Amino acid sequence: MSARIFDTQRFMRDRLRAALRRGTLGVLDIGSAKISCLVLRIDPERLDAVRPAGRSAQAGLDAVRVIGFANTQSRGVRMGEIDAIDEAERGVRTVLSRAQKHAGERIDQVAVAISGGAPRSYGVSGAAPVAQGEVTAQDIGAALVSCILPDFGPGRDVIHAQPVNFTLDHRTGLSDPRGQVGARLSVDMHMLTAAHAAIRNLAFVIRRCDLELAGVATAAYAAGLSALVEDEMELGAACVDLGAETTSVSVFLKRHMIFADVLRLGAAHVTQDIAHAFAAPLEDAERVKTKHGEVQATGRDDREMIELRRIGSERDFERRMITRTELIGVIRPRMEEILEDVRLRLDAAGFDCLPGQRVVLTGGGSQLPGLEDLATRILGRPVRIGRPLRIQGLPQAATAAQFSALVGLAAHAVRPQDECWDFELPGRYGPQGLRRALRWFRENW
Amino acid sequence: MRALIPLRRRRDPAPSRLRYRLARLWLRPWLRSAVTLWLPVAVIGVSGWAVLSQPLMMGRMRQAFDDIRASILAQPELMLQGLAITGGSQALHPRIAEAVGVGFPVSSLALDLDAVRARIEAISAVAEARVSVGPDRRLVISIREREPAAILRRGGTLYLVDRDGVLIAQLAQRAARPELPVLAGEGAEDHVREALRIVQVARPIAGRLRGLVRVGARRWDLVLNRDQRIQLPEDDPVLALRRVLAFNEAEHLLDRDIRRIDMRDRTRPVLQLGPDALRALRPAEPAPEGEET
Repeated sequence: MSARIFDTQRFMRDRLRAALRRGTLGVLDIGSAKISCLVLRIDPERLDAVRPAGRSAQAGLDAVRVIGFANTQSRGVRMGEIDAIDEAERGVRTVLSRAQKHAGERIDQVAVAISGGAPRSYGVSGAAPVAQGEVTAQDIGAALVSCILPDFGPGRDVIHAQPVNFTLDHRTGLSDPRGQVGARLSVDMHMLTAAHAAIRNLAFVIRRCDLELAGVATAAYAAGLSALVEDEMELGAACVDLGAETTSVSVFLKRHMIFADVLRLGAAHVTQDIAHAFAAPLEDAERVKTKHGEVQATGRDDREMIELRRIGSERDFERRMITRTELIGVIRPRMEEILEDVRLRLDAAGFDCLPGQRVVLTGGGSQLPGLEDLATRILGRPVRIGRPLRIQGLPQAATAAQFSALVGLAAHAVRPQDECWDFELPGRYGPQGLRRALRWFRENW
Repeated sequence: MRALIPLRRRRDPAPSRLRYRLARLWLRPWLRSAVTLWLPVAVIGVSGWAVLSQPLMMGRMRQAFDDIRASILAQPELMLQGLAITGGSQALHPRIAEAVGVGFPVSSLALDLDAVRARIEAISAVAEARVSVGPDRRLVISIREREPAAILRRGGTLYLVDRDGVLIAQLAQRAARPELPVLAGEGAEDHVREALRIVQVARPIAGRLRGLVRVGARRWDLVLNRDQRIQLPEDDPVLALRRVLAFNEAEHLLDRDIRRIDMRDRTRPVLQLGPDALRALRPAEPAPEGEET
């Protein structure tokens, strides 16, 4: 593995540290249905004080306070990827100006969650001899550099590279080998790549809004950080974030994400199905889905009539009635399809072999009544609905399930997990790397 | 593909890029304080200075100020209509009225009461004056007059002095105030109290007392009629006088032909005899030879 491929990540990490020191950070979730933003005020001294306390992903959140929140309808985003730059930029401007106005403070750095870009996750491992008896950060860096990278394919960027497990001689499962004595250190790393174009477009939009990009995280990871409780993260659990046009799946074990995937299916497809089935306008379909939608039909639903407009009707008053059973008959197959896809992805990831088998549903789609039972049946595992973490000052409006990724991103940005680029990798500097970094900047910023 | 050229303009909730940038700029604390605080302060300060620095404007403002002041002073409620003097002798009142030096009616705001009081107290006969504006729109002056305690003779003129030695007025003739003792000599006016005490002690011989003379700005001489003189010491003259009076009681000393009783040395009183007494005394004891004068 070349040590230089993470230069931009290092650069973004430096910006994030600067923002944390300065005490104000913005967090932006650009989704297919909504763009939402949190403005965080961070107390740097308290943040430093909790650092030695533990490696918990949720520690450090007590040093954070939400001072601004804004949420707006998404525009120019499809399948979690930016589809029209200027439209997306307007959406981001809307949400940022509102959040800044709410906070009464200006933000210069934002961390962004990306749900598109077709993320792919890889497990890689590497090993290196320990130089001087005790393991130091340099040894970890050497072990990380020795990882053999799989072929990502062209146009892919690494957005996460987290060491998840260390093995020192015969002992494995170490979370932090620094200071321990051993001869050979090997490391398992979870890498996540995403399409270069998706990240580039995101960075471009952020730059056009006069902001600095201080980190990119995949929405699957952020949602898991926020929706899972710590024990679930420790014992092993999957988080399924049912978004509008994408469904992200992340698997956690021992507080580390070990797998992530994104399905290009979501709750907006349910709306489309309703619109198709009843020839109704999309806005009506959305309203009917959120107001009357369910996945479990009962006899009573035959008698419950729902009014819908007909698409293409000349006059608004041309309406007709459908029963709720009919509506459920449209919603349920699509939800089953999504959940079965999720099960396939989980099985492919080897979720069966994990000690913990819990699945947590979150995201806007998880608010469909009765989904818990359906998911339990289809996934064959205990399922619960997860809601975002509680942060100080988080408005009531932001505690709904669709903001899990946003809040998780705040947790991630405040206490970023050690990634590969946080370690000093040997052989990083050189004219070659500098040139590549410069070229990267010219292309992207 | 979406329409690249918008067909109709709908209100966009998104702020334009300019508005977005301005809003972000506005969130900078220094800019905000500069616009909301320092800019108004500077504008007000500079414009105020520019207006005030023009002499025309300055003159107008002063004129307006004076007009307002004059209109306030002209209020009838504030006008003083007359003068009421309490205390003091009637003879003094015209002098005080003259010393007040203002013509009525006058506004009470325009009157400097302290200056009026100072002018009244400059009259030597006035010991203390209180000046106030009374409820019936009159200037009330209450006076404490100096009481004459003695007559001071300086050169050929007689003056009335009070107990503190302050000259009150000239006196035309001594007979006008026969009850007051006469003091003379250098520095007599500084020791009027002592002189008065001596005069009080000398009450038994009051009929004969003509006055007290300060000698050498140091001690008193008691001058009696028939050209008699009692020389009192510098310290404790009252005691010395009492001794003289005791002598007089017992021996009728003062009725005799004695020119001077010298009490300056308290251990050794000395009498200076008159010529008749000397003549009467000389045959009693024959003078030694060669000492006849």
